[in-house]
Amino acid sequence: MGGVRVLVGTRKGAFVLTSDEKRAQWDISGPHFGGWEIYHLKGSPADPDRLYASQSGGWFGQLIQRSNDGGVTWEPVGNEFTYDGVPGTHLWYDGTPRPWEFKRVWHLEPSLSDPDTVYAGVEDAGLFRSTDGGQEWQELPGLRGHDSASAWQPGAGGLCLHTILLDPSDPARIFIAISAAGVFRSDDAGKTWRPMNRGLRSEGIPDPDAEVGHCVHRIAMHPSRPTVLFMQKHWDVMRSDDAGESWREISGNLPTDFGFPIEVHAHEPDTIYVVPIKSDYEHVPPDAKLRVYRSRVGGDEWEPLTNGLPQRDCYVNVLRDAMAVDSLDSCGVYFGTTGGQVYASADAGDSWTPIVRDLPAVLSVEVQTLP
Amino acid sequence: MIRVVLPAHLKNLAQVHGEVQLDVDGQATQGSVLDALEAAYPMLRGTIRDHVTKKRRRFVRFFACEQDLSNESPDMPLPDPVAAGTEPFLIVGAMAGG
Repeated sequence: MGGVRVLVGTRKGAFVLTSDEKRAQWDISGPHFGGWEIYHLKGSPADPDRLYASQSGGWFGQLIQRSNDGGVTWEPVGNEFTYDGVPGTHLWYDGTPRPWEFKRVWHLEPSLSDPDTVYAGVEDAGLFRSTDGGQEWQELPGLRGHDSASAWQPGAGGLCLHTILLDPSDPARIFIAISAAGVFRSDDAGKTWRPMNRGLRSEGIPDPDAEVGHCVHRIAMHPSRPTVLFMQKHWDVMRSDDAGESWREISGNLPTDFGFPIEVHAHEPDTIYVVPIKSDYEHVPPDAKLRVYRSRVGGDEWEPLTNGLPQRDCYVNVLRDAMAVDSLDSCGVYFGTTGGQVYASADAGDSWTPIVRDLPAVLSVEVQTLP
Repeated sequence: MIRVVLPAHLKNLAQVHGEVQLDVDGQATQGSVLDALEAAYPMLRGTIRDHVTKKRRRFVRFFACEQDLSNESPDMPLPDPVAAGTEPFLIVGAMAGG
């Protein structure tokens, strides 16, 4: 019988949560790599037992861990992320040039078809790929070679490449997002890139309509409709119907359009989820109520989902990689908080239950729907 | 034979218990000891010093014989008791936030 496996990266280790299709009883294993920051872990769509994890820490740097048995056992693989050629400079917070310096892997995106191929989005922003199961990593240097790269500037979290979307209909098309540069798209498997930020407007940069420089927090697509993208920007929830060529705002009646994650229902391409957060200064839910907002019409019209979520005295945040969906018949939705709770909904968001309440701060949540 | 004590995180990573014992070619220096350590335990590459520059990571310290050798040249000979195997070479995670 199938079920789901929820992969949770936290500030102090990784946890693997498993359940059958009812999603009522959960087995929790971990911490794996206790004490280390696990920015992200994700399974291969082509082999659900193949997992990759980004393990890092201030003392000993970056490691990549790989599992071939669904997270029961792990082995360290390659951890050398060396930028291609002479790295050059980007802008620092104070506007001065600063050499590119690898800090950590924010996001791992396994290939849709090959368990040994996996992409890594790193800070300082760059895109790497391994084709041997994570042993060796090569940068795709065309991204950092873009004319705008010397003007990229970090957001508050660092100059991080945090989102990688692979187009299931076109193996050569890749979308990435960088804080605070914006969205870029490659149509030639990562050799060359174009910024995809037309329609974004950000008051916090000198030219609000600039081609590059927007603090995009997260982008999402439904695999059946890869030309439609959804975005949670620093402020503003956005939508593109032309594969990123242009964007329009769909914040509509949200109580605030600041936030981090955005996710799409597994079976309804126009059902999307966000978690509004009060502001970039406060990073807490508005009115101290934790509410997921769902739109069933692709944006603009949103409904709060509160059943089972704390509606008073709640001051947690939900980070950009900390929301995911399963693809069971009744779509499951999951998210983790900086307070260490992982909430699950087995009914597309109508009701929520905490799977676990007291983990370290959750950095990422991914879900695998098991055969 | 050189004795090396790893911090707990790196013991877990290398799957070792207690001290690591290494045979080092030539003179025992920080550099030659770390070369031998990384050859014996490749998973430690990049965790103690940078892959390319070989510079010590910022929050890693090297102690031996009650001395802080962290800022010594990687080519400087280690103290005689370390070279003789009577004292260990300590690799330590600095007392810093984490």
